[in-house]
Amino acid sequence: MQTIRFWLLVAIMLGCNVAHAQLEILVTRGIDNPTAIAVAPFAWDGLGGAPEDFAQIIDSDLARSGQFSPVSRRDMLSLPTEKSEIYYRDWRAISARYLVIGRVSQGVQLRVDYALHDVERGTELFTGSIVGPVSEARMVAHRVADALYEKLTGIPGAFATRLLYVSVTRNPEGKDFYRLTVADSDGRRPIVLLEGRDPILAPSWSPDGKQVAYVSFESSRPAIFRQVLATGEREQLTNFMGLNNSPVWSPDGTQMALVLSKDGNPDIYLLDLASKQLTRLTRHYAIDTEPTWMPDGKSLLFTSDRGGRPQIYRYDLMSGKQERVTFEGRYNARARVAQDGRNVALVHQRGGKFHIAVYDLISERLTILTETSLDESPSIAPNGSVVIYSTKQGDKSVLSAVAVDGGVRFSLPARSGSVQEPAWSPLLFSE
Amino acid sequence: MTMKNTLGKITAVVLMAALISACSSNDAKEQAAAQEAERVAAEQAAAEAQKKAAMQAAEDRARAAEMKAKRDEEKRMMAAVEAAGSIFYFDYDSSALGDDARAAIDAHVAMMMSNNDSVRLEGHTDERGTREYNLALGERRANAVRDYMVASGVPAYRIETISYGEENPVAYGSGESSYKQNRRVEIK
Repeated sequence: MQTIRFWLLVAIMLGCNVAHAQLEILVTRGIDNPTAIAVAPFAWDGLGGAPEDFAQIIDSDLARSGQFSPVSRRDMLSLPTEKSEIYYRDWRAISARYLVIGRVSQGVQLRVDYALHDVERGTELFTGSIVGPVSEARMVAHRVADALYEKLTGIPGAFATRLLYVSVTRNPEGKDFYRLTVADSDGRRPIVLLEGRDPILAPSWSPDGKQVAYVSFESSRPAIFRQVLATGEREQLTNFMGLNNSPVWSPDGTQMALVLSKDGNPDIYLLDLASKQLTRLTRHYAIDTEPTWMPDGKSLLFTSDRGGRPQIYRYDLMSGKQERVTFEGRYNARARVAQDGRNVALVHQRGGKFHIAVYDLISERLTILTETSLDESPSIAPNGSVVIYSTKQGDKSVLSAVAVDGGVRFSLPARSGSVQEPAWSPLLFSE
Repeated sequence: MTMKNTLGKITAVVLMAALISACSSNDAKEQAAAQEAERVAAEQAAAEAQKKAAMQAAEDRARAAEMKAKRDEEKRMMAAVEAAGSIFYFDYDSSALGDDARAAIDAHVAMMMSNNDSVRLEGHTDERGTREYNLALGERRANAVRDYMVASGVPAYRIETISYGEENPVAYGSGESSYKQNRRVEIK
């Protein structure tokens, strides 16, 4: 009886944990004419049942892009798993533009063989296979979705990626409760990396996606930590007087840009991760903060109020030259640069409201992407297509996402608490 | 002859008596003088003791008055600190100290000048603007209070500053009524 009660308690606790941390992703606005695509259930060659419904995961991924409208399984007239079993007229009859079929086999690893068919033309467009560990079945399915997405849109997919975010349960009677969570890009498989009653801030990814860095107030002062995802091993990198903030890895992974105020006021520093040597970059009595790397690693963008109001500046690492980047509006801050080195997602204030905007470094044009008023912490998907950010809904922060072209919009409701500071992982697999 | 002899005898007796009496009267005088000296000394000692006691009493009264004044002053300072509160408020995106904040900090400074306590100044912002910029802004506010305290004579080593940015709001709602409560420095 005691044991049963104990396990019941454990089950309830685990259940609560998942409920707190798990996100759903909903398309709130897709494109006008999404492409109809049918993903037929995949065949399974292995012992027992398939560990996951691979076709379902791929189907959901494509739907979540907002650019495709998947065909419901109930409407399918046949369920082919081989090329020879396809009757294109069955798919034309239900207005599917494309058809995906596949087969999953389990040996030491999982292997998915799949094919994309053009229903209108009645031809096989593309075949491919993905191999991955059995324990990462869902990631294997996401990688198939990535390959299909790239074939269909010309843009690499970013489904086989992960999200890092901070969730906060408010406690008006005492201290709030903070959790740092990593989950798959579809919100599934959330894992709590750190939790406690002290603030957790500014989470970011290492370029190989194997480590994360963040600020924790657990010592009653802010300090920067890095943590290895696979082992949970943690290292405290800084604990100086004053601010210890905004850790961001250099693209080559050897250095970290961060913000310290130990010398009087917030400035940008570089920390060499091997030697732990610290180099001061900016030297200004204004606030210099929120550094972010250009993808070539040759310069950094950062926020400074040296002109009176927060604006984005660029620091060139070779020359040490600093120049102002943004001029439109009174408030531009917390920049994140897309992998193309051209689009910069940032927080832009207009009419007293804080929106997510994209600034094009080449055309120097700023485009506001969001209509809500307290938007912050933008992070760009590694394929450059979508910006995830946090916004305020009532008393809570929630995650939302918007396509960089402003078309498709998503909401990522959490079951409870506030969710903030999303950080999209780099691409975790190179095919 | 007899007469003469008798007279002579009487004279001798009288003389002797006189001598004797003279002798005895010298002794008494000495005794009296000694007694008098003793009495004076005792009187002096008593007066001295009385004076000492009076001085002691006066001193005690003065000390008590001083203690009371000190306690009153402490009470007054405590009351002033209490009246001033432990939270100083700021305008939007500003770390400038207003008159109210200065007056409130003055009360804390007076208290700190009379003791050796250390304080922790926690800077906070409202939720508008980015989290990391707000951490810097919260620090700027805490530093503004610290600098004012140091300028008023409090040694810098007794003041610790920390910023929580927008992470620890007092009021959770969105809107100026919540925001103005959240833009603050708390002294702890």
